[in-house]
Amino acid sequence: MSEVKFSKEHEWITVDGDVATIGITKHATEMLGDIVFAELPEKGSNVEKDGTAGVVESTKAASDVYTPVSGEVVDTNQSIVDDPAKINEDPEGSAWFFKLKIKDSSELDTLMNKDEYDKFAKETSS
Amino acid sequence: MEIKKTSLNKLHQDNKAKFVEFAGYEMPIQYSKGIIEEHKFTRSHSGIFDVSHMGQLFIYGDESLAEQLEKIFPLDLKNLKLNCSKYSFLMNDEAGIYDDLIITKIEQGFLIILNAACKETDFKILSNILGTKFKMNLDNDRSLIAIQGPKSVEILNSIINGVDQLNFMTGNWFDFDNQKLFVTRSGYTGEDGFEISISNDKVEKFVENLLEKGAQLIGLGARDTLRLEAGLCLYGHELDINKTPVEANLRWAISKSRLSNGGFIGSKKIMNQIQHGASQIRVGIKPEGRLIAREKTKIFDNKDTQIGEITSGTFGPSVNGPIAMGYVDKEFSKVDTKILLEVRGKKHPANVCALPFYKKNYVKGVN
Repeated sequence: MSEVKFSKEHEWITVDGDVATIGITKHATEMLGDIVFAELPEKGSNVEKDGTAGVVESTKAASDVYTPVSGEVVDTNQSIVDDPAKINEDPEGSAWFFKLKIKDSSELDTLMNKDEYDKFAKETSS
Repeated sequence: MEIKKTSLNKLHQDNKAKFVEFAGYEMPIQYSKGIIEEHKFTRSHSGIFDVSHMGQLFIYGDESLAEQLEKIFPLDLKNLKLNCSKYSFLMNDEAGIYDDLIITKIEQGFLIILNAACKETDFKILSNILGTKFKMNLDNDRSLIAIQGPKSVEILNSIINGVDQLNFMTGNWFDFDNQKLFVTRSGYTGEDGFEISISNDKVEKFVENLLEKGAQLIGLGARDTLRLEAGLCLYGHELDINKTPVEANLRWAISKSRLSNGGFIGSKKIMNQIQHGASQIRVGIKPEGRLIAREKTKIFDNKDTQIGEITSGTFGPSVNGPIAMGYVDKEFSKVDTKILLEVRGKKHPANVCALPFYKKNYVKGVN
């Protein structure tokens, strides 16, 4: 498993072979508040880097979930659809959103590492 | 314009509030525990809400005051007993709603609680109608605190002895720390509770007392989910200048005695709508599954014709599912009517349902 990388849209991504696992960051869940609804991309669909690949809703508002890299969706996490509160509980672990087969691994180079993301999150939220 | 702060701003900060701007005020949307926990705490224990941004309009005058106010509000104010409150609206000639409000008979006058975003305009409208004969004071020296939930009576009564003797929608003056405060048994969450009008220099001490007794601060986020579960309207969402009380399904708030003779602003339109029916009406809506339909979501029938629009929609923590209110064409307003909600380009099934979503427990028979 590779190191975790992060996007400016507050998604995290880990890579195992040519399959990436993607979710939203703890910082994102803290900004959103209590999550009460999640919608995931369809298995087999193709998603484009920075394109919409799902929705989360808190009690306050809806937010799009973007994919940090392009690829074909090979798996989705139904448990967060059935119990969206899991996203607040373990956003960077068991509450992953979807897995995809990476189309172009060079897209990973545009993403931030943990230190860079923590700095980015701190700057953008203050 | 500089953002206004209530007298409890520092207390909110100390309690780790997240702030939003609401009607020109910096107000807490939530505290550290989050909206769902705050909502559930209010339903099971006791929540404290700073609603000091709302307007507290005191109007004093002789016996002609009630008569003059009856030309404005669709209420039987001449017979409103001392310390009794009524829900009502300020309307234009077409019965469009400028504001919804609570009016209470006090000695030598009335106290009217107004929405924050409307209070300045309401004051001008009322001043224009009433002229200079009456003393009107939109009192900025007083804060307004709501305490809501089943433990509220016990908690408040331990600080202000006697509030447990109030019935729902009545009030009285009480003493706290050598000051007079006006307490009404009312609120906007669907729970038993009180609203307390208290001078700005005493409010922090008062709320700290409530906190010591186990009540907790609750933000505007949970206030919104609580009032929506209780099926209560929020001005700017369910109510605005293009909606009438009949369309908003608030006919119950119009005194029966005023319906026969009219004589209040907007009465012609209201009587006409009562006689012939309004073309659209406010209803409760439950989306199927977990889908949340937010404000401005379009409502369709099964023939793809738009029949209405959502005015508020969220997740109801006590209902444990999505809930909404909106306006639909009259023929679709019956409970259990199947409708479709367009969310993110797709139509999702939903049902018209009875309000409230969450059953209330108001206290009516204390004395």
